[in-house]
Amino acid sequence: MDHAALWLSLRLAGWTTIILLGVGLPIAWWLARSHWRWKFLVEALVALPLVLPPTVLGFYLLLAMGPRGPLGPAFEALAGHSLPFSFEGLLLASVLYSLPFAVQPFTAALAGVDPRLIEASWCLGVSRARTFVRVVLPLAATGILSGMVLTFAHTLGEFGVVLMVGGNLEGRTRTASIAIYDSVQALDYAAAGRTSLVLLVVSFAVLALTYGVRRGGGAPWGPPRS
Amino acid sequence: MNPIVKGSLVAGILLVVSAGVVTGLRGGEAAGETPSAEASSRPRLTIAAASDLKFALDEFLKDFRTRNPEADIQVTYGSSGNFLAQISQGAPFDVFLSADVAYPRKLVEQGLVDGDVFLYGVGRLVVWVPRDSPLPVETRGLQAVSDPAARRIAIANPQHAPYGRAAEAALKSQGLFDSVKDRLVLGENIAQTAQFVQSGAADVGLIALALALAPAMKDAGRYVEVPLDAYPRMEQGGALLKKARDPALARRFRDTLHGEEGKALLRRYGFFMPGE
Repeated sequence: MDHAALWLSLRLAGWTTIILLGVGLPIAWWLARSHWRWKFLVEALVALPLVLPPTVLGFYLLLAMGPRGPLGPAFEALAGHSLPFSFEGLLLASVLYSLPFAVQPFTAALAGVDPRLIEASWCLGVSRARTFVRVVLPLAATGILSGMVLTFAHTLGEFGVVLMVGGNLEGRTRTASIAIYDSVQALDYAAAGRTSLVLLVVSFAVLALTYGVRRGGGAPWGPPRS
Repeated sequence: MNPIVKGSLVAGILLVVSAGVVTGLRGGEAAGETPSAEASSRPRLTIAAASDLKFALDEFLKDFRTRNPEADIQVTYGSSGNFLAQISQGAPFDVFLSADVAYPRKLVEQGLVDGDVFLYGVGRLVVWVPRDSPLPVETRGLQAVSDPAARRIAIANPQHAPYGRAAEAALKSQGLFDSVKDRLVLGENIAQTAQFVQSGAADVGLIALALALAPAMKDAGRYVEVPLDAYPRMEQGGALLKKARDPALARRFRDTLHGEEGKALLRRYGFFMPGE
């Protein structure tokens, strides 16, 4: 059992979820409310990590984060260390990789909020920001929670992207899925089994919790019941 | 329309379109080949080979296919540890060329090997830097990794990659390991290790000579061989599997690889011969 790797996976999944809550909600709000003719292109772009192989995403991210890429030198000037093979690089990759898992449920939840309630709130002189926090968020809470849980669970088990950009550093980029892969490669099937079991139990618990919260509400990516 | 449905629809359409394009391209490539229904009646040879053999074996097979035009020969490159696990579970390979002779020996213990394990080459380790690197590998060899400019040093994972074990042993024997161990990044296999340093993500790498000689690497960097006495010999071995669909073809492949021309080719591609 690799405790450092499991702890790293939990940290990575936690940070990815927090960042995607901040980044994903504005995108989802725009997607849910906009009537722009070309909106479907943005939707396709957001959904792209669902269909792109993680190896493709990982390889081009590594090039982008490298010394000859657009992100590498800028990050190094700011942070004082290079982006590939670091926790920050891994986090960036995970945020991109899990983007649709957050944005799609968020969008469904926000789109399910009755616009009349929002307009009523505005008419009563409540500001847009306050309306969003006091009216929209509580009504969309279940769907937003689903998105966060899905993001967390998806990041917990991600493998391909991490393999491409991580460099397998203990405590920094060796996640649970990488540790399991290493154990299998080294023919240590018992160790692989132990770490896998923990990952399986955590993933199941997280998903069961989501479905429990939405009892009978169908799939967590469906529109919330009103 | 529900935006999610729409998004999924677009993603689905994209997927179908791209799959169609890829299939189209593949179909174009495969147009000159025999359809698979007919291939089943042809003698078949499926090879599982270590990643460091990629360039040498591709070259070797060009010639071998010309001499055995009736045969359908396929090769898969990957990690020897993965192949061992897959073959133990009944994966349909006829020949296994491992980067470490210990793996085919494990298959002998499991009673899956036809005859005995054979040695086909000895792996060689080099220090590789990108062409424009300030690291003085030509003058300092392996010692160059202790230079402060070597902030990220790529080696293969010593836990399961033979070249990784060799790299670790070489660093230890030169007394460098403790001072650089926090700067090591681990590639999943030797090919990924080469990719880490070739892309510039790592500053220096300890990789296989067989990969340093590859076309994509040759012009992109500079390298110096690590002395053979700095690390344990990397005996690379293979085995013919009992389940081979065409044992005669598998033996012919092994014997050709062992022949003078096969040996010369492997030497040219960065391997020593067993006993050298």
